[in-house]
Amino acid sequence: MSQLLIKGGHVLDPAAGVDGILDVLVAGERVVAVGENLDGGDRVLEARGKLVLPGFIDMHVHLREPGFEYKEDVASGGRAAVRGGFTAICCMPNTQPVMDNRTVVEFVRGQAARAGWARVYPVGAISKGLKGEELAEIADMRSAGIVGLSDDGKPVASTELMRLALQYAAPFDLPVISHAEDPTLSQDGVMHRGRVSSLLGLKGVPAEAESVMVARDLLLAGLTGGSLHIAHVSTAQSVELIAFYRSRGVRVTCEVTPHHLLLSDQAVRDTWYDTCTKVNPPLRSPDHVDALRRALREGLIDAIVTDHAPHHQDEKLVEYDYAQFGMVGLETAVSLVAGELVGKGVLDWPQVVALMSTHPARILGVEGGRLEAGGLADFTVIDPGQKVTVDPKDFVSKSRNTPFAGWQLTGAPWGTVVGGQVMMWEGTLTAR
Amino acid sequence: MRLAARHILDLESMPVEDVRLILDTADSMQEILSREIKKVPTLRGKSVCTLFYEASTRTRTSFEMAAKYMSADTTSIATATSAIQKGETLLDTARTIEAMGVDMLIMRHPVSGSCHFLSRHVSASVINAGDGMHEHPTQGLLDLFTMEQHKGSIAGLKVAIIGDILHSRVARSNIWGLVKLGAEVRVAGPATLVPPELEHLGVKVYHRVEPAITGADVVNVLRLQLERQQRGLFPSAREYARYFGVNRARLGLAGTDVLLMHPGPMNRGVEIGSDIADAPFSAIRQQVTNGVAVRMAILYLLLGGAEA
Ligand SMILES: [Zn+2]
Repeated sequence: MSQLLIKGGHVLDPAAGVDGILDVLVAGERVVAVGENLDGGDRVLEARGKLVLPGFIDMHVHLREPGFEYKEDVASGGRAAVRGGFTAICCMPNTQPVMDNRTVVEFVRGQAARAGWARVYPVGAISKGLKGEELAEIADMRSAGIVGLSDDGKPVASTELMRLALQYAAPFDLPVISHAEDPTLSQDGVMHRGRVSSLLGLKGVPAEAESVMVARDLLLAGLTGGSLHIAHVSTAQSVELIAFYRSRGVRVTCEVTPHHLLLSDQAVRDTWYDTCTKVNPPLRSPDHVDALRRALREGLIDAIVTDHAPHHQDEKLVEYDYAQFGMVGLETAVSLVAGELVGKGVLDWPQVVALMSTHPARILGVEGGRLEAGGLADFTVIDPGQKVTVDPKDFVSKSRNTPFAGWQLTGAPWGTVVGGQVMMWEGTLTAR
Repeated sequence: MRLAARHILDLESMPVEDVRLILDTADSMQEILSREIKKVPTLRGKSVCTLFYEASTRTRTSFEMAAKYMSADTTSIATATSAIQKGETLLDTARTIEAMGVDMLIMRHPVSGSCHFLSRHVSASVINAGDGMHEHPTQGLLDLFTMEQHKGSIAGLKVAIIGDILHSRVARSNIWGLVKLGAEVRVAGPATLVPPELEHLGVKVYHRVEPAITGADVVNVLRLQLERQQRGLFPSAREYARYFGVNRARLGLAGTDVLLMHPGPMNRGVEIGSDIADAPFSAIRQQVTNGVAVRMAILYLLLGGAEA
């Protein structure tokens, strides 16, 4: 079995009680030892000045395959994940055909295995065809390897269907991931409803379109004992509701995206309707952004995810109302978190490890999220001092729809190791 | 004198000096309009295209007359007769027109922000002739021009804008222009049709018409889009007319020499009483004439200003 030795990095994993300048010895796909001055290794990699962390897991990614391969596919998305420092990603089921059955789950896993970049954990649809009418074959998809359930992209409008999903999924240890949005409140809104939407004359989605559904889902999780995960929280009320029901014993976790933490609805005005600012849930007003950052610091939010939503340029180079919702995130998330959250004192690195590795692994019930002897050799290696300017032309994703072009950030993904395989080192992808 | 911007997209970001320059230039254009032969050679050889994704005879004709009086060549493309119907994107349509050598694109579009989008991707000057629910800057300017004509100065004027503020591009352009020139702006309409956030701009927001009109120097009545009722934003045209329409009795609350305005086309008997629309204190027909003068001024400043 070939051995890999990563020397002299700052190895940090609060959950495993590791924090220091240490070496990591890997044999095959597992960690053999973490310690000082380790010997061995057929291959020795120098990581001085770098952070060596348990592999980051992005719980919320749209890989677009099957059906929309012109936007992204499993291989290009997996490579973008590795380039962005992620060792594993969850892909959402809003593909064509929808990932609501064993066949599509197996196809996506097969594509991921053939591509061989990041680990890919499929999320199965809650309802057949994402129609919100009948439950999909959840148990069968579970045995094919899904790690969660979601109709993401759309809300589960029917309260009864959401109740059934939480109840049925609970014995299979599958979290139900809720895209919380009341469609009668959001209607055809394209941005957050508030001062900016009023001035720009764009149809607004009130914060309550999300919060009302979060409240409903929390009540249903309490009723059924099911495990609920709220996707991309974006409002102050959502965070308060989640904290309240969690304190009452409801099994709930939640996630937030970098864009909801770093941009407000003012970005739509500042860019004069740049469609790269169009995303669902929409960029909220600064009071919501502040509340999310506070909640994150206080540990009320479990995970940071990208909601990587690639779209072709032609789908964004149109009038604001006609543009697709969503932005890419895999290749900017680590630098945004390092530069704008850690760099500006919102988070420290131990919190980042919890939010981007330990907690996602726990919520999904997958191996990983730990850097310790015997554990999976999945590592995210970060250069915390590297200065980068976001340039969409550098992306390896097929799509470039980011609102962060031109941002100057400090901190960048530098190495990605998946199951003992070095996928990226010194910022360069390993040829495959 | 030249304008700071190459495009006329909104009054929000237009410097007050540009507003002033356009209004002053419109003054001299009015003189041309009063001549026997209303034609000057100023823009000979310049080419202007109107690109309308919404029907509007009024605004399109106003721009075309303005261009013709200045001797510019005009082309007009309307949705029903063009490649637009065949699913061509806005960008492709605009670039195709531009490739034919057009100097200026005048666009009306149902989606807010479309003119800003277009201006980033073409090299011609873009004039916003109304974008969705956002702005209608030339209407805002002609309204300012009309108010100045009657009241001398806009600073300190009490101007009430009545109606569906939420969906009105005319309202937004009026508000920005009036605030820049120092008017006291009041807006009023049903609570479902007035965004409360306008208070951040220093606008007084009312949900009943009477207090907004009381003591006003100018009452600008907006067109009610009757299809808003289908979305449940107000119960019926009948109820709207009775409780929010501007009629002679309500207008009596205004100052003694009130100026009544409406951007047209009117729903007589709904948002505005038919008798007051034609009364001596109504500037509604004059607004139309002034629209041509203001648009001539804009064409001149954007296309002919360099040689002047
Ligand atoms: Zn979603």
